[in-house]
Amino acid sequence: MPDQGPSWDVVADVQLLLQFHFMQNALLAGTMVAMLAGVAGYFVVLRGQSFAAHMLSQVGFPGAAAGVLIHASPVLGLIVFCAGAALGLGALGREVDAGHRLESAAIGSILAFSLGLGFLFVRLYGGSAQGIYAFLFGTILGITDRDVQLTFAVALATIAVLAAIGRPLMFASVDPDVAVARGVPVRMLSLAFLLILALSVAITVQIVGTLLIFALLVAPAASALQLTARPGRGIALSIVLSLVFTWLGLALAYFTNVPVGFFITTLAFAFYVAVRLVTAPGAVMAPA
Amino acid sequence: MRISQPVQASQSYTSALAFEHAAARLGGRPIWSEVDLEVAPGEFVAILGPNGAGKSTLLKALLGVVPLAEGSVSVFGRAVRRGTDEIGYLPQRRRFDPDLRIRAADLIRLGLDGERWGLSLPSQAKANRVAEMVELVGATAYEDRPIGELSGGEQQRILIAQALVSGARMLALDEPLESLDLNNQQAISELIRGICRTRGVTVLLVAHDINPILPFIDRVVYVAGGHVLSGKPQDVIRTETLTALYGTPVEVLHTSDGRLVVVGQYEPVTHHPDDH
Repeated sequence: MPDQGPSWDVVADVQLLLQFHFMQNALLAGTMVAMLAGVAGYFVVLRGQSFAAHMLSQVGFPGAAAGVLIHASPVLGLIVFCAGAALGLGALGREVDAGHRLESAAIGSILAFSLGLGFLFVRLYGGSAQGIYAFLFGTILGITDRDVQLTFAVALATIAVLAAIGRPLMFASVDPDVAVARGVPVRMLSLAFLLILALSVAITVQIVGTLLIFALLVAPAASALQLTARPGRGIALSIVLSLVFTWLGLALAYFTNVPVGFFITTLAFAFYVAVRLVTAPGAVMAPA
Repeated sequence: MRISQPVQASQSYTSALAFEHAAARLGGRPIWSEVDLEVAPGEFVAILGPNGAGKSTLLKALLGVVPLAEGSVSVFGRAVRRGTDEIGYLPQRRRFDPDLRIRAADLIRLGLDGERWGLSLPSQAKANRVAEMVELVGATAYEDRPIGELSGGEQQRILIAQALVSGARMLALDEPLESLDLNNQQAISELIRGICRTRGVTVLLVAHDINPILPFIDRVVYVAGGHVLSGKPQDVIRTETLTALYGTPVEVLHTSDGRLVVVGQYEPVTHHPDDH
């Protein structure tokens, strides 16, 4: 880690941050990841699919472990496993009921199985626990140039797809019955969004880890939705919050040697709690 | 004389809606068959009948969401297709989730271009169109509030605006009065009739309880026992007709001011000492 701590000279601090190649990679990947997580997260919260996002992030654990086990890239393993789980959920859940009972049951089943599989892979791998630790809690050290390229490609492609399907997806999310009657392919969009979510999770895991992914995928969007009910502003705010948490988290981790996942989750959580306190002051006092 | 004929009335169709020898099945189960039904442009029609008789299926058939097993259905002289701008649809529903944080005005806007792909660019024309609908349904006071926070009656007004915003000439409303209190049932019924009369919009309204809408409608359509029967309220809403349709005793009362009241049609017979 750096020889000097941060000062109040922001320019000098940024120079310090960027002096190592691994940190440049972490910031580049982190920026792309935060932007994608901000947009995808908005739809996750709007559709009530936080649990699905949770499941996909947990599936990332055996995915990454499998990638390491067969000496391929962990990110590739993540993408394959998360996409597989998304398709499985699409098949086991049902159209029009995103966030509801059948989907929850399917998620729970896939979730437990994936964790079991993850432990098996870790056992088979038998290597150092350090790599596994990184999947679970994220790291800023292990992001290679290839990871950065893959992250860029995946993030740009997914953001482009989200921009293209955003309006019908919002229609299908808030009012599926009317959307069907208006000719929106609700079921196809539901599956497409799960796949986008799977890709978002797969590349986000590198930074914050499978256990802490909610910090970027749910908390910024949940805060944004509390602050504005305008979709355009909500998505923009979600992206900004996600970026700020990621940059601050990376900088703090760099200067303190405390894991980055801790800082990003703490920032996101603290902001969310503050927003809830500010937007609903009565809720804290009210008896029920 | 009809003063509020839609401008398009000179076109070749004569009916707003026409079912011909239509039959519908859901999951192989016959719902109704041999349905012949015509609705004139600008008519306000109530669709009534027992639970599970296929009232909602009738609406979904004319929306093109449920395909017919037999026969045909046309809307304004053309075969139906899913996603048409000509019909505004209000599905049977529970209330919106109280936590749904989307502005009422944004929900109306989705009715205008929510099915289009690509980024939504700011458009003054579209914003004006949404504002016009907000005013029409009297929702100016709460158009900027999240839809989940609105009352049942307010949500229905927003949904009617959403159904009309794309220029629909027909409204297909599935139990819009359900779970509203009496005042709101009255107010929403009056709003719908106003839209029907002043804009020449054809209205098909599925109702569970006929009494609140009886003063407003032109015609009733009864869906029961796999068939569809239609006529003027005073001809269809009779003790004998309804008792036969529902297969359970129904009584039609005439109040002193000339109104009809239907009694007993939805109460299940739980205790009947004379029955065996």
